[in-house]
Amino acid sequence: MVLRRPVIRWLLFSLPLLFLAVFYFFPLSRIIGLSLSQDGGLQTTVLQKLFGSGTYGKILWFSIWQAALSTILTLVFALPGAYVFAKYSFRGKAVFQALMTVPFVMPTVVTAAAFRALLGQNGLVNHWSMSMFGLSEPVIDIDQTIVFFLLAHIFYNYTLVVRMVSSFWSTIDHKVVAAARMLGASPMAAFRTVTLPLLMPAIGSAALLVFTFCFTSFGVILILGGPRFSTLEVEIYRQTVQLFNLPMAATLAIIQLVFNFLLMWLHARLAKRTKVSFFAGDVSNTQSDPESAAKRSFAFFNLSFMILLLATPLIALIIRSFSGEDGFTLLYYTTLFTRDDTSLLMVEPIASVKNSILFGFGAMSIALSLGLLAATFLSDNSGKNIAFWDAVIMLPLATSAVTLGFGYIVALNKPPVNLRDSLLLVPLAHALVAFPFVVRCLLPSLRQIPADLREAATLLGASPFRVWRLIDIPLLRKAILVAAIFAFAISMGEFGASAFVARPHTPTMPVAIFRFLSHPGSLNYGQAMAMSTILMVVTCISFWLAEKLEARLADTRYVK
Amino acid sequence: MTALFRSVPVLVILFALCVQPAAAEKSLTLMTHDSFNVSKEVLAGFEKEHGVKVRILKAGDAGAALIQAILSRENPMADLFFGVDNTFFSRAIKGDIFRPYNSPLLAKIPAELQLDKQHRLLPVDYGDVCLNYDKQWFRQHDLLPPSSLDDLVLPAYRGLTVVQNPATSSPGMAFLLATVGKYGEDDFIAYWKKLRNNDVLVTGGWEDAYFGHFTAASKGDRPIVVSYASSPPAAVYYAEKELAEAPTAAVVTAGSAFRQIEFAGILKNTQNGPLAEKFIDFMLSRSFQEDIPLKMFVFPSNSEATLPEVFVKHAKVAEDPATVSPDAIEMNREKWIEAWTEAVLR
Repeated sequence: MVLRRPVIRWLLFSLPLLFLAVFYFFPLSRIIGLSLSQDGGLQTTVLQKLFGSGTYGKILWFSIWQAALSTILTLVFALPGAYVFAKYSFRGKAVFQALMTVPFVMPTVVTAAAFRALLGQNGLVNHWSMSMFGLSEPVIDIDQTIVFFLLAHIFYNYTLVVRMVSSFWSTIDHKVVAAARMLGASPMAAFRTVTLPLLMPAIGSAALLVFTFCFTSFGVILILGGPRFSTLEVEIYRQTVQLFNLPMAATLAIIQLVFNFLLMWLHARLAKRTKVSFFAGDVSNTQSDPESAAKRSFAFFNLSFMILLLATPLIALIIRSFSGEDGFTLLYYTTLFTRDDTSLLMVEPIASVKNSILFGFGAMSIALSLGLLAATFLSDNSGKNIAFWDAVIMLPLATSAVTLGFGYIVALNKPPVNLRDSLLLVPLAHALVAFPFVVRCLLPSLRQIPADLREAATLLGASPFRVWRLIDIPLLRKAILVAAIFAFAISMGEFGASAFVARPHTPTMPVAIFRFLSHPGSLNYGQAMAMSTILMVVTCISFWLAEKLEARLADTRYVK
Repeated sequence: MTALFRSVPVLVILFALCVQPAAAEKSLTLMTHDSFNVSKEVLAGFEKEHGVKVRILKAGDAGAALIQAILSRENPMADLFFGVDNTFFSRAIKGDIFRPYNSPLLAKIPAELQLDKQHRLLPVDYGDVCLNYDKQWFRQHDLLPPSSLDDLVLPAYRGLTVVQNPATSSPGMAFLLATVGKYGEDDFIAYWKKLRNNDVLVTGGWEDAYFGHFTAASKGDRPIVVSYASSPPAAVYYAEKELAEAPTAAVVTAGSAFRQIEFAGILKNTQNGPLAEKFIDFMLSRSFQEDIPLKMFVFPSNSEATLPEVFVKHAKVAEDPATVSPDAIEMNREKWIEAWTEAVLR
């Protein structure tokens, strides 16, 4: 019996849907239902307060405009970078790409420390400029300002835009642009009228992710923005934990969800409509060395900017991890390997590296498998309500962490899914956040694969699975790599869900860093910096290996 | 790549096997907040004596952990809960999740720590939230360190203080309560307005205030921070090399601190009642109590527990901490926080 295509598609999609139903919709609806029924339910006082006082309107408006501004700024700074990575090949590119992803896994407290070491009142820049120009007042004073958290948002999301857009850009047929140039279009006009429209699916996807991340920004706003700024996410936490006003918290969580859902739906509808595709098919030959001086300086300028934005704060942090009271020291590192009386953890802190990597692989495997299935389903534009399903899949990203965390606690506590105190909860929670991400990474590339390629293969007698394996997967390789890297990174850097379910015997690296920073003492601070450095190094090495692996796979394929 | 994909399900299963909890054995679960800590050896002593495995479930910060315990009261995920403090005390009692246990060891705990006359919540430790200052900074700047909350609003102390937002931080809330206790419900806002005019800096949490802005802990710019009376011994204990003197000092004069008392209780729907009672006894016994100072940097509630040397040398106990009753806190929390936010942030 031959299954009809729609049936196969829905079968494929059923697995991701089931995952979302069990680990997202079920806990979320339980906690929201429970919250709304607390304290005599959703009384008019809550609604009165919500709409009566201007406070919540202001919070919503702030969440929106700061996210929009962060997204625009990130795009402006990152798109030239994406061009460099898509079009040029140069020495150390793989290392650059791996390094670039590091900010993504840094805990907010650590990022704040890094930026302060550089730009704080007593930071390096102020220190130098004051001694150089003989000034008595610090030049830069951006702590607890809008500038500071915008900078941090760019720091976190720059890599996201560069990687997503450049992997897509490199698959666009460069002959189309060449044709436009031949027909007399200036480089600028060719970019504006040909390249940019072709890039839109990837840019849109990346922008949506950046916007959602910034909209639900918690730590960055709280620490770098200071207490004067509050996003909906911060307010939900405040209402839940400090004020125990669960009906209000649930209402705000719903508002956050609805707003983001509408945005995602809109995005999905627009993305579906752009169906032009000039697919290069062969990815390998589009990259070249930057030959002309102009090209070279453009690449140089971009890479320098990247180093300035991403690397300098992190380098400041690494230096700090080796600087004791009397200069250079390895003490902060050596103490990570012991568990003595002064230990804040029940295991040697270094064991958290293994835990983080294990959880990261678990989360990555789950997110990648489910994401591939879902993206395959969504890539078929003929399906009905595709935009709706697309937006549904994105929802976990826009959900308040504290709400969902509590949802897990109240919902997943009975058989058949009694996972409440299982360690599996950590990778599952991470996978939930990484899964929409994977879909966003894969979908633009998947939609680009020309239908006739698949049809030809089918005509030649290939089964749908064979078509998928021999056509889709190889063409998606770059996108899959990016998706895998970010899924792993999300898990490595995640703190919120880990804090809810982590056990003292199995801390992750971010959890260990927070433990160090929870007590006074220079040793604790130093160990936090050392652990952050290890987190960076582990991340960097993993991603560099992933790049190498992908390159090797690419080589063997072309040799054949 | 395809080979890699084929191995994904295998990986997932392997992973699941790795993390499966060990085969069923007698176990007792303690739910607590993420600052909980105990020496492995001390805990092992209890486990060995009673032939039981103690599982520790950390559920976020103190407020978040308590809410989860309340929300899951019908089907509790633990037998005991540790980490209700007096600022959340009334909420916990109102949540009706604890059952009384009149431990014989309560006899060794000062009466003023025992807030619950029905013994549903038993005091395990206490800590005083107060100002800490950087000794060296004040020596270098030839300024007397602050001796009470009143000093902070003087012109000489302009721009020297960093505090935490009571809406997002537990020591921040405790410090707000110290001002309520000292200046009274009607006048504490006037104090905060003066503090604001004196350029007080507010951060979201303790980590950021202490490690991000305090001059004694980092390249900060504020020599006065809200922390604990036990922070100076911690700064000595976690120093890189042995210190004869603590780099920081706590202001513990009358009325300038707020005492946080932390309680433990047995969850109502536990199936392990007798064992849970034994664990409460263990938490109040000397072995656990004497482990507390260097694990959580607070003071043990049991008056027979001897303090470690670093505490004897460098820690102070607040002389006459400002007090606000748990009921008053629960009733006014939202009102006070909103008034504070209005006065200090907007």
